[in-house]
Amino acid sequence: MSKPYGVIAEFDTPADVMAAARAVNAAGFKSWDVHTPFPVHGMDEAMGIKNSPVGWFTFIGGVCGYTGGMLMIWFQNAVDYRIIVGGKPLFSPLFAFPVSYEMTILFASFATIFGMLFLNGLPRLHHPLLRNRRFAQVTHDKFYVVIETADSKYSETETRKLLETAGSKHIEQVEE
Amino acid sequence: MAPVVENKWATKGSTPKALEREPLVLNQRSLGWISDRVASIVEGPTPKWWWPAFLISASVAGMMFAMIGYLISTGVGVWGLNQPAGWAWDITNFVFWIGIGHAGTLISAILFLLRQKWRTSINRAAEAMTLFAVACAGIFPLVHVGRVWLAPIFLAPVPNGNGLWPQFRSPLLWDVFAVSTYGTVSLLFWYVGLIPDLATMRDRATSKLRKFAYGFFALGWTGSNRHWSNYEKAYLLLAGLSTPLVLSVHSIVSFDFAVSQVPGWHTTIFPPYFVAGAIFSGFGMVLTLMIPIRTLFGLEDLITVRHVDLMGKVVLATGSIVAYAYGMEFFIAWYGGNPNELYAFKNRAFGPYWWAYWSMISCNVICPQLFWFKKIRTNLVAVFIISIFVNIGMWFERFVIIVTSLHRDYLPSSWGYFSPTYVDILTFVGSFGLFCTLFLLFMRFLPMIAIAEVKGVTPQADPHHPLGGAKGEHH
Repeated sequence: MSKPYGVIAEFDTPADVMAAARAVNAAGFKSWDVHTPFPVHGMDEAMGIKNSPVGWFTFIGGVCGYTGGMLMIWFQNAVDYRIIVGGKPLFSPLFAFPVSYEMTILFASFATIFGMLFLNGLPRLHHPLLRNRRFAQVTHDKFYVVIETADSKYSETETRKLLETAGSKHIEQVEE
Repeated sequence: MAPVVENKWATKGSTPKALEREPLVLNQRSLGWISDRVASIVEGPTPKWWWPAFLISASVAGMMFAMIGYLISTGVGVWGLNQPAGWAWDITNFVFWIGIGHAGTLISAILFLLRQKWRTSINRAAEAMTLFAVACAGIFPLVHVGRVWLAPIFLAPVPNGNGLWPQFRSPLLWDVFAVSTYGTVSLLFWYVGLIPDLATMRDRATSKLRKFAYGFFALGWTGSNRHWSNYEKAYLLLAGLSTPLVLSVHSIVSFDFAVSQVPGWHTTIFPPYFVAGAIFSGFGMVLTLMIPIRTLFGLEDLITVRHVDLMGKVVLATGSIVAYAYGMEFFIAWYGGNPNELYAFKNRAFGPYWWAYWSMISCNVICPQLFWFKKIRTNLVAVFIISIFVNIGMWFERFVIIVTSLHRDYLPSSWGYFSPTYVDILTFVGSFGLFCTLFLLFMRFLPMIAIAEVKGVTPQADPHHPLGGAKGEHH
């Protein structure tokens, strides 16, 4: 017998799942989540999620791109093989700017995406929820609250009761 | 006693009714209908017209590769290029295609930052258009260098056999970085937008192969709100990065010309003028693609007449900026008092290439002005025809700028007249084949409307709306 991963509760509308999320959050759960077909406006606040830190990855990527670009051009045109063009100085941040600017954007974009995937723990091609037939509707038109058994507050009967009170019409246990 | 301030807007006895927004998806379609409608295009049988369309496009693309093979094996002399016009159709085609790409990024990034929610039903296809247009654009500068196999040495920042590095004062090298960054970031942005929809395709898949293929690229997306929170922030940041990127790309493309000393090229108006022209041409192409697609695939409730109307307004605005730039170029040519510059402009309008100049003026200045009339903006046949003229006009614009400036510069003894060879023509026609082939494959295998994003802008998705399940009063 495989051990249970958690319990999923299905809801039909974003308002219902949001009310349930408020209740679960108020009950003090930690290892739980809401799954929706599209981002529901205001859900972060209902779940008590803080502002995403992805921006730090973007910032660091951008800084690396810009300094990397400037250093690359300085090294190539003013140090390793000095080229004098039109009697002008060997290096100036002005002519190096367009390329460094593009590299800022390139590195910041990569950092943003890899940062987002890292924070989300993706790619993850196997997940207990993905094996559940019913849960497949999460990318269609259903909304789910998922509470993991790993949560210290989890209890088979109490948690189920909480989700029932929140208005879920379908509650199911998901195996690991 | 405090003075009583009368509020003349207050209505007596009744509270004013909240204004409802015009819905973006027509006929009150449900959330499930949206995924069914979009996904069924990919899941259903191949439409009858698809195979002939694909075979024709792929053959035309094959012809382009044959022409490129001939060019590489023989030399750039198979094109009509020579002194004095060392750049002609190759760079015209490059700027034409790269410009078309700009509308996709404008729709996906700039309209996102401006919270124009109508963008959701056209952004996926427009971004795909961007990628394919950039692919077509990239071919021309790559093959025009002649010895293509040496391209990595003069494109990438690596030293050549003598230890000499690329020269970073050259706008041509800036262009390499701008266009390759643009292509890469557009691909990343498009892919990030696709992840939730690939998960939808995975969860609907009936065959093992589909489930694996879509599931692999969906990266294990489960619609978790903790994930959405990071995802939305990343999407916003990518939109914020793509906006200065798209503006810089065509600015840098215009530097290829503006930084040179050729009369007719050496002008400071080029960067904003090129960016406006790029968006103008790109929206022309978006309309050319979307109007048939919405009918062919029955997407009238998602890509509505209002979308066409709004895009018509963008075409009108950018077309007017372009018209202003044409006028201002002439004014400065006269006001600047430089006889060579003035001659270049007189020669454009009344010299041997007068036909190209006036084709450009009719297509780019006169045609879009018809969009002042709502009757025309909402008439799909009229919009489709005008959008084709916009595409033609913007190709002519680049041809006029490049060829008329080069063919007569300072020394009359070195004047000449450029005519394309059949290789020039077939390579350009072939690039349309490549573009159509890639677009047809995209329509067949990927959801061409951003399912999750369209769901997000419906009233059913709003937890504060009665259709979203809200009980009691509006917030």
